[in-house]
Amino acid sequence: MNTKVTIAGVELKNPVMTGSGTFGSGMEYSEFVDLNQLGAVVTKGVANVPWPGNPTPRVAEVYGGMLNAIGLQNPGIDVFMERDIPFLKQYDTKIIVNVCGKSVEDYIDVVEKLSDEEAVALLEINVSCPNVKEGAIAFGQKADALYNITSELKKHAKQPIIMKLSPNVTDITEMARAAEAAGADALSLINTITGMKIDIHRRKFALANKTGGMSGPAIKPVAVRMVYQTAQAVKIPIIGMGGIATAEDAIEFILAGATAVSVGAMNFVNPYTTVEVVKGIEDYMKQYKVENLTDLIGAVQG
Amino acid sequence: MKAKTTATVISQKEIAANIFDMWIETELAKEAHPGQFVGVYPKNKSTILPRPISICEVSEEKNALRLVYRIAGQGTGEFSGLTAGDCVEILGILGNGFPLEEGKGKKVFLMGGGIGVPPILQLSKELEADKSILVGYRDAHLFLKEDLEQYGKVYVATEDGSVGTKGNVMDAIAANGLDADVIFACGPMPMLRAIKKYAGEHQIKAYISLEEHMACGVGACLGCVVKTKEVDHHSHVHNARICTDGPVFDAEEVDI
Repeated sequence: MNTKVTIAGVELKNPVMTGSGTFGSGMEYSEFVDLNQLGAVVTKGVANVPWPGNPTPRVAEVYGGMLNAIGLQNPGIDVFMERDIPFLKQYDTKIIVNVCGKSVEDYIDVVEKLSDEEAVALLEINVSCPNVKEGAIAFGQKADALYNITSELKKHAKQPIIMKLSPNVTDITEMARAAEAAGADALSLINTITGMKIDIHRRKFALANKTGGMSGPAIKPVAVRMVYQTAQAVKIPIIGMGGIATAEDAIEFILAGATAVSVGAMNFVNPYTTVEVVKGIEDYMKQYKVENLTDLIGAVQG
Repeated sequence: MKAKTTATVISQKEIAANIFDMWIETELAKEAHPGQFVGVYPKNKSTILPRPISICEVSEEKNALRLVYRIAGQGTGEFSGLTAGDCVEILGILGNGFPLEEGKGKKVFLMGGGIGVPPILQLSKELEADKSILVGYRDAHLFLKEDLEQYGKVYVATEDGSVGTKGNVMDAIAANGLDADVIFACGPMPMLRAIKKYAGEHQIKAYISLEEHMACGVGACLGCVVKTKEVDHHSHVHNARICTDGPVFDAEEVDI
């Protein structure tokens, strides 16, 4: 049985990764799971300088999921490279660094600093965070802006780049095509869906930021649909995510066309989710006598 | 070592209006210290996140934790229906407890307000010091008072004046002419702000337990931060994580 998958020339031992922002840089969850068992660890978004993030409350539960408006609090690339990368290097897993910025220059700064770091296998470009006012989402909701930043980063990035797409668009395939045309090596989707919650007793927004990104099991059908549509539209590999809680969920994404999958908000719910998904995928392959996981990618029948 | 594990309910009763007192059996009890907390999971899948609940009391002999909580919504509402023998998923042990060494042998105030009273019980049990326990409630529906009296002199304040000093725990300090070298406290934000101010004026240390909406409980999501005087060690931005850097902080260090 072969669970290996390849993304932009990088071979992963299995297709299971962590959703950016839900797993830190692995340190906190290494108490619960053996990081060696994961296909890759995708780190929390890192910018060129430290970002303080948004005021609290930053999180709120909603039916079958949650909203967050953390605002990409992060220590900046210098601390990240001194502390987080050496930590992750101890493990036999691929390191994917999620990069955020407020301007194209910010992104280039981070991407260039990471260019000599051989331990970093792939870069995931966050152009889809709904919780920061400047940058980020501004690049991810217009096809021409996405095209421009993707082609600009391709000039500076040494590692292959994954563009992380927002679901908060009219047509995700238009965005996917723009990223592919600009040279993106892979896509990841979906980022969170913009939402809102109001506390009716206090007559206040549940989040200080008013809006937040929705994640968790409730968004999975939207994510599966978008992965399927995107897989029909582009040839580059897709990392599928959005509410994955079980191996069955992960397989649904793979059948829809994802080459790999990320466990996001469910890490908060069950810290063992990632490794349970790895094991469950193997069980599914045994049950259905699937020799190569790659045989399942996009194998849903019309 | 933190873990998500299944605990068994030993007993549960309502000890004041909407305040429940539940003992659960779990191996995690061995590692619990005063001021730490656990995440408790509702079974209903529409409510996915663990509910952070402070540890009220620890029984090492029985491998058990006592959780005293208020019904705040759907999740805690579900917990209130658990009875002896039921299973409940928990995540723990989370956070850092009160720094007992900072109070040992000194004259201390142990202060709890409302649903902040429960963690004061295990603290008063473990702390070897000259303890004045000050607890504040809304009205005459007191809880845990008799439990606390086993470990020190208890001073009560009620908002409506029905029991003890009329007002809050700060009023109880004044009314009883008390003083201390150090304060340990848990309660609502206005109370903690008043304690921070009092400690500053009296030039004494205050260790306060904070709360905030949380998702992961283990320091990964950065949901539950508090502004800090110094640059925090995680993100280097004056934002400490309440779940892992706290929930107990030196009052001087946090901007509340």
